[in-house]
Formats: sequence, structure tokens, C-alpha cells
Amino acid sequence: MGKTLAEKILSVKSNTDARSGDIVIAQVDLVFLQDTTGPLTVRQFQAAGFKKPAASLKAVLFFDHAAPSPAREMADDHAFLRQFAAESGSQAVAVGEGVCHQIVAESLARPGDLVIGADSHTVMAGGLGAFACGMGSTDVAVALGLGKTWLRVPESVRIKLSGRFPAQVYAKDLILHLIGHLGADGATYKSLEFGGDGLADMAIPERLTVANMAIEAGAKAGLFPSDGATADYLAANGRADDYQPLAPDADATYERTIPVGLGQLEPVVARPHTVDNIVPARELKGMKIQQVFIGTCTNGRLEDIAIAAGILKGKRVNHGTRLLVAPASRGILLSALRAGHIQTLVEAGAILLPPGCGPCLGLHQGVLGAGESCLSTANRNFKGRMGHPDAFVYLGSPATAAATALTGEITDPREVI
Amino acid sequence: MLRGKVFKFGDNISTDHIIPGRYAHLRSNLPELAKHVMEDADPTFAGRVRQGDFIVAGNNFGLGSSREHAPLVIKMAGVSAILAKSAARIFFRNAINLGLPILVCDTDKISDGDELEIDFQAGAIRDVTNGRMLTFGRIPEIMLRILDEGGLLPYLKKYGDLSL
Repeated sequence: MGKTLAEKILSVKSNTDARSGDIVIAQVDLVFLQDTTGPLTVRQFQAAGFKKPAASLKAVLFFDHAAPSPAREMADDHAFLRQFAAESGSQAVAVGEGVCHQIVAESLARPGDLVIGADSHTVMAGGLGAFACGMGSTDVAVALGLGKTWLRVPESVRIKLSGRFPAQVYAKDLILHLIGHLGADGATYKSLEFGGDGLADMAIPERLTVANMAIEAGAKAGLFPSDGATADYLAANGRADDYQPLAPDADATYERTIPVGLGQLEPVVARPHTVDNIVPARELKGMKIQQVFIGTCTNGRLEDIAIAAGILKGKRVNHGTRLLVAPASRGILLSALRAGHIQTLVEAGAILLPPGCGPCLGLHQGVLGAGESCLSTANRNFKGRMGHPDAFVYLGSPATAAATALTGEITDPREVI
Repeated sequence: MLRGKVFKFGDNISTDHIIPGRYAHLRSNLPELAKHVMEDADPTFAGRVRQGDFIVAGNNFGLGSSREHAPLVIKMAGVSAILAKSAARIFFRNAINLGLPILVCDTDKISDGDELEIDFQAGAIRDVTNGRMLTFGRIPEIMLRILDEGGLLPYLKKYGDLSL
């Protein structure tokens, strides 16, 4: 009997014939921490008596969630993590380099890897065919020390994509649509595995957007096969040797299959305060928005910034709205500068933020006040997420965000093109 | 045997309800962080909860961030167990790793303020207020062993390694 992507990867990593429902102990290739979950992870690591990360894995610390530090307590946490990185021989990725998940995709995760991160959006590396899973500090500390973790091999839901995206409809609309269909807990403990001929219309940046949000349906992993697009992406990032093809077996067993015709999708928005609260963007016409945020691990890539620049070129952001833009990495910022997108956006009235998580989690750089509404390209809209518990967060694609910045109210991007 | 009072919540209580990201700068100062437990779900919770009480919720408790500070501040508040119709994957693992029992059961008939008794040996929950008995879902063997030891670190101290 054939295997799903999850079963294939976890079979190799556990050296067993892993099947959904099995509990396995698996070797971990990459463990990473970030600045808001890292300090507790390090304290648990030390409390367990570990001194150095297991030699079999790569250990990386990121400074992205609160970077540059907005508070002296965070600065102390940063110093604590830097000291740990130096003492333990771990790699430290400095303030300003970008969001952990983006750097992991650009330079660390390989198809077939098992990646454990102290952050729920670790799932994003599934866009490259890595089994990537977010965990809490204690689990990550133990994985870091032992070089392995225990996992229940998930049942897989196959998402069979067909056709092509219509104009102004993007990967973000696909994953929001899917979460609306599944519900915020519709894939809890499961792996979402994407396939079908629609994959041909999705390059790696788009696959990363989709995999990133698998957790918003509760999933343990969001997996894409590793194919020609993966090879192209790795080669473009100077990592051609990291490529290996990876596909599920044709006779793999799925819990169920959900067909999605990309051609039938339209721009959608997640309304407050859950990510599965999906509605077509056109139905929210007239909803005033005080802040638009383009960025994050979900949608802060060059392609996303280019879409926004295309819509805003030669125009002005609405006077009642502020537009914040945070490239997901320094590499993306540099490419966007060279391409002229940053110039275009700043001329249109955008405020440029440093590469990092920006205001996504309500810590700094655009914290919302009571009654304010934000249209964000991020992945979460929970109550209190971006600041005041009485603020409202709507989620949409970079095109929807740029169109909304232009009009000052939630706008279907097809109306402004 | 655990006994305590119920604080009832609804569906989709996220880790941002439990401990919002805006307090991330307090994460290395746990006593200060813990003052904000459940703040965006019920701002009066921190002042009313007593040692041994229970959080009882609907579906998908603990969705969102991987922050282990969420179950940690709940434990620090004195909560002895969480009961929910379902729980998010990362939160569930985090709670067990900290030795905080999280039980999946039908919570519809449990009301805010009820007194509960939980007997882990018998696998039974008794709602003392309304007299109903409830059962809870099975926890995988490896998690039971972790819970029995009071969390993943004490488990590791005792066994020295992960084992199935």
C-alpha cells in the first residue's frame, strides 16, 4: 500500500514503516527558535541538563518577532539568546535579517527534512516538501538536546488543485477559501497535502503562503511535493544540491480528498476574530480601514510586494488610511529596492518597516487602538492579536490589501485594476 | 482526585485570548505575565480563579501560537485541569509537557460555577452541582507517561530518553 508525503518522510526519519496513527520517534534535521518563544526554550533546555544542541542537527536562533527591540525587557531577552547562541555554537540570525520562516525557506530547509520550530508557522517549510511542525518550548528544547522528537504520524487530507488562478486571485485567496471550508479546527492533528495539475500554476512563494496557513485549520503539516518548481527555487537561492524530488505514492490512502478549482476562486477576506470567517472581499465594500499591513511570513515576499506596487504605482494611499510594508527578509528588501517597488510604494504613501514580523502579533510597529480596523496580509485575526482587544483584523491577499489602501475601505482588487 | 470550581468559556479560545502577544516583553518575568492570564477572554478571571479550579471550554481550545506561556500561565493561576470538547494540537502537547492535564470531553452540560470532581484512575468526571457523570477521551500512552511524571522534563530526568 502506498504512502502519503507525511508517511514517506516520517518513515525515513524514524527508520520504520510509518503509517498514519502510528507514534514514532524521528530524527530532526533542523531546530529553530525565535525571540519570543526562545528564552523559555533555552531555560527548559538548560533545566533538562543539556549543554549543546545534538550534533546531528542544525540549530538556529532568530531575532524577528520583536526586532529591533521595542522594550528593554525584550532587549534583555535578545541578549540572553545571543549569549546562548555563542555558548552553544548555534547559528544566530540577527535583527533585520527577516522572519524566521522566510530565512528557513530561503537558506535552511530541504525537501524531505524534518523541521521543528518554536513557532506555529513552522509549517511553512512544507511548501518545499519538508515535514515542518511548530511546537512549544519544552518539546523544542528536548528536540534540540536529543536530536529527535516523538510524533503521531498524521492522517492526510488531499487537496486536489486544478486549473489556473483568475486575474487578481492569489494563493492567499486559495488558502483562506480552504480554511473557510475546513473550519479553524477542520484539520486538527492532520496533514494537508496539496497535489493536482493546479500545482503547475504555483511557484514556491505561493506554495509557502499556502503551507504557512495550514496551522490555521489546525493542521500539523501542510505539504507540497518537491518538483521542478522546488528545484528552480533552491537553485535560485544557491542551493541546487539540496534538491531531491518527492511525491506521494499514487495509491496512498487519504482520509479524504477535497477538489479545488482555482479558476472558480475569487478575492476573499477573513473577518474578525477567526481565520475561518471567510467572505468574498466584494461583500465588505464600504468597511472603513485605518491601517493596511503588507508583509509577514505569509505574504511579505518579493512577488507580494510587486503585486502591491503594481496596484499603487502613480497613485496615493487614501488619506484616512496608513499603509505599512515589511519585507519578509533582507534579501527580499534588496530585490524590491532594485526592482523599484519600494520607491513606488513609498511615493504612494507607504511606511517602510524593517524585515521582520512587524505589527503581526501586536508588539510594535503599528499596534491597533480600540475600534480601529486593519486589513493585513498576515495569518491571524484573533481578538487582541494586533493590539487592543477591541480592534478588528481582516486578512486578505496583497492585491486586496493594496486596493484597500487605495480606497480606505475593503476593496476587491478587480475593482481598481 | 481533583476538586474545584468551573470557569466556563466558549469555542476557539486562542493563545492570544489566554496570553496576548502584546505582553511578550513580560515572558521572562512569569509572575508579572501571569497577571494577564485569560485577559482577552475574561478580564476578571485572574482575580477570581482559585487553586484547584478548572477551565472548561468548547471546541478548539488553545488554537494559534505555539507559545507555551499559554498553558504555563494557566497552570501558574492554580488551574488543575482544562476540559474541552476539542483542543488545538500544539496547545494540547504543551499542556501535557508542563504536567497540566487537558481532558477532551463533552462539556455542553457543564455550567460556569459548577463544582467538579475528576478521578483520573477511574477516568470519570462528576459534576457535583448537577449530579452528571462524564467520561473523557483516551490520551496516547506516551503522553500519559509524561503526565504521570509531571511533565516532559521530569519524564526525561527519570527515563533519560524518549521511548514509545
